[in-house]
Amino acid sequence: MARRVGICAVAQTTWERDKWSQRFQGMALEVLEDLLARTGLTFSEDGGIGMSISVSDDIFDARTISDNAMTDVLGAHMGCEEKVAQEGLQALYYGLAAIRSGHVDVVLVLGHCKESQPASRNQVTHMAFDPFYTRPVGLDFTAAAGLQAQAYAARAGVGDRHLAQVVVRARQLATRNLKITGLPVVTAAEVLASPLLADPLRELHAYPVSDGAVGLILAAEERAREITDRPVWIAGVGNCMDSFFLGDRDLASNFPLRQAAARAYRRAGIDHPQNAFDVVELSDQYAYQQPMWMEGLGLVPAGGGGAWIDAGGPEAARVNLSGGMLAGNPLILGGLVRAAEAALQLRGEAGDHQVPGARRALAHGVMGPAGQFHTVAVLERD
Amino acid sequence: MELTPDLRDCFTVPGKLALPYTYFAGRIGSRFLLALQEEHRILGVRCAGCATVLVPPRATCDRCQADLADTWVEVGPAGRVENFTVVRYADRHVPEPVPLVLALIRLDGADTPLVHRLGGMDPEAVRVGLRVTAVFAAEPRDTLLCIDHFRPLAPQPSAAGPRPQGG
Ligand SMILES: [Zn+2]
Repeated sequence: MARRVGICAVAQTTWERDKWSQRFQGMALEVLEDLLARTGLTFSEDGGIGMSISVSDDIFDARTISDNAMTDVLGAHMGCEEKVAQEGLQALYYGLAAIRSGHVDVVLVLGHCKESQPASRNQVTHMAFDPFYTRPVGLDFTAAAGLQAQAYAARAGVGDRHLAQVVVRARQLATRNLKITGLPVVTAAEVLASPLLADPLRELHAYPVSDGAVGLILAAEERAREITDRPVWIAGVGNCMDSFFLGDRDLASNFPLRQAAARAYRRAGIDHPQNAFDVVELSDQYAYQQPMWMEGLGLVPAGGGGAWIDAGGPEAARVNLSGGMLAGNPLILGGLVRAAEAALQLRGEAGDHQVPGARRALAHGVMGPAGQFHTVAVLERD
Repeated sequence: MELTPDLRDCFTVPGKLALPYTYFAGRIGSRFLLALQEEHRILGVRCAGCATVLVPPRATCDRCQADLADTWVEVGPAGRVENFTVVRYADRHVPEPVPLVLALIRLDGADTPLVHRLGGMDPEAVRVGLRVTAVFAAEPRDTLLCIDHFRPLAPQPSAAGPRPQGG
């Protein structure tokens, strides 16, 4: 039987609009030193960190091979260093595979991003499109999300009023998360009056630009028990990527998320996901995605997103008590921060937003235009 | 670890990522774009495996892995708005003017809608189901902007159409 893998420690910087006076190496070092202090680990070949996986994006970092500038921070000289240039939950998946395959026992995962560096986040995501057919018409992830929100909202009975509720709640919860700074609470009236970006998306529906870094220590079961008395087990992970062209996809169908969730649930031995989770952390880059991804995860009936919000579903299902992505995490780190927040809940370290006795959590990450690529991780404690 | 560094006389330096580039349009893509540019004809490919007409065309069906070379069919130039958004922010990469209507347009004879801009009407009056047709660029271009934009087939509440873009 394959080895169990546990998350042994979690660390993150604060998430701020513009950490102008910190370089990304500095942010990452802050997280690394925190992780080493919590675990007592070193980079020694004798029982230390055997593999380092960084998460970064060349265009957000404005340099090619963005991990090249991270070698020192990752302790990677003469060691094993890998880079994930994807949404960060892939790095957790990668570390899981590296340990389960027997290659290493202890893995460092460390992601960083300064979204404040580029003049326009939309210009960065525009570059994800091809140069012949989709860039010339001006597509970026905001416009693609507008198309998806338009397709989804009518089908699920989700209106402007529901989206305002989602944002108000996220901003309120963010005040209880000590890692979120400088994000004001808003009223429903302010959300409803905020300018449209790409109909029906409004400015306040979009995740705020933010800078920060996040890291985890993963270890094989026997090592995990030596490192911490509260390991968080990775019970199952699944991912799925949909087609590239928006027109090839049914944007409101949640096809890739349903596939990713089914894979994660099967691997975690979950037959009935509806009541399986004490905490759900999902990547809501835009407000409409909170009910939509809940439907895709099978935690809300298909087409029931609006009714779910009306019934107080987000609170009842303990969705994004950290504030979620709407409280501000960079695009490429959304899912990794969700896993970190879920692990904090299972370790009883979630502070003011702790769910008492939480045993099982779901963490979700998404990348690509209009939710092209989803990853779902199921986390549990003893 | 709480750091309160002294930031007097610290500053940021402006930079820029800008790299002129060329991309091979591909054998299938070149044919598609040449037909648009020289003949004002819109071509798709038809997969024999799943009977799907794909636009933009491509060499292989991503569902069946069937070879789609030489399975050309002509589609459009009229079609139906399947979905749309109104982009209201200006940015370097967003064609002027804004508000810009980006629509998923399913061309007659095609199964997969194409994203393009919709002009010649008030953005507030766009609806799913609207019948539209391609307006070709007067001057030759080398991307999908050989079709400058789509316009409604029937007269609609009017507004200024998109300005033609530089090639
Ligand atoms: Zn096919």
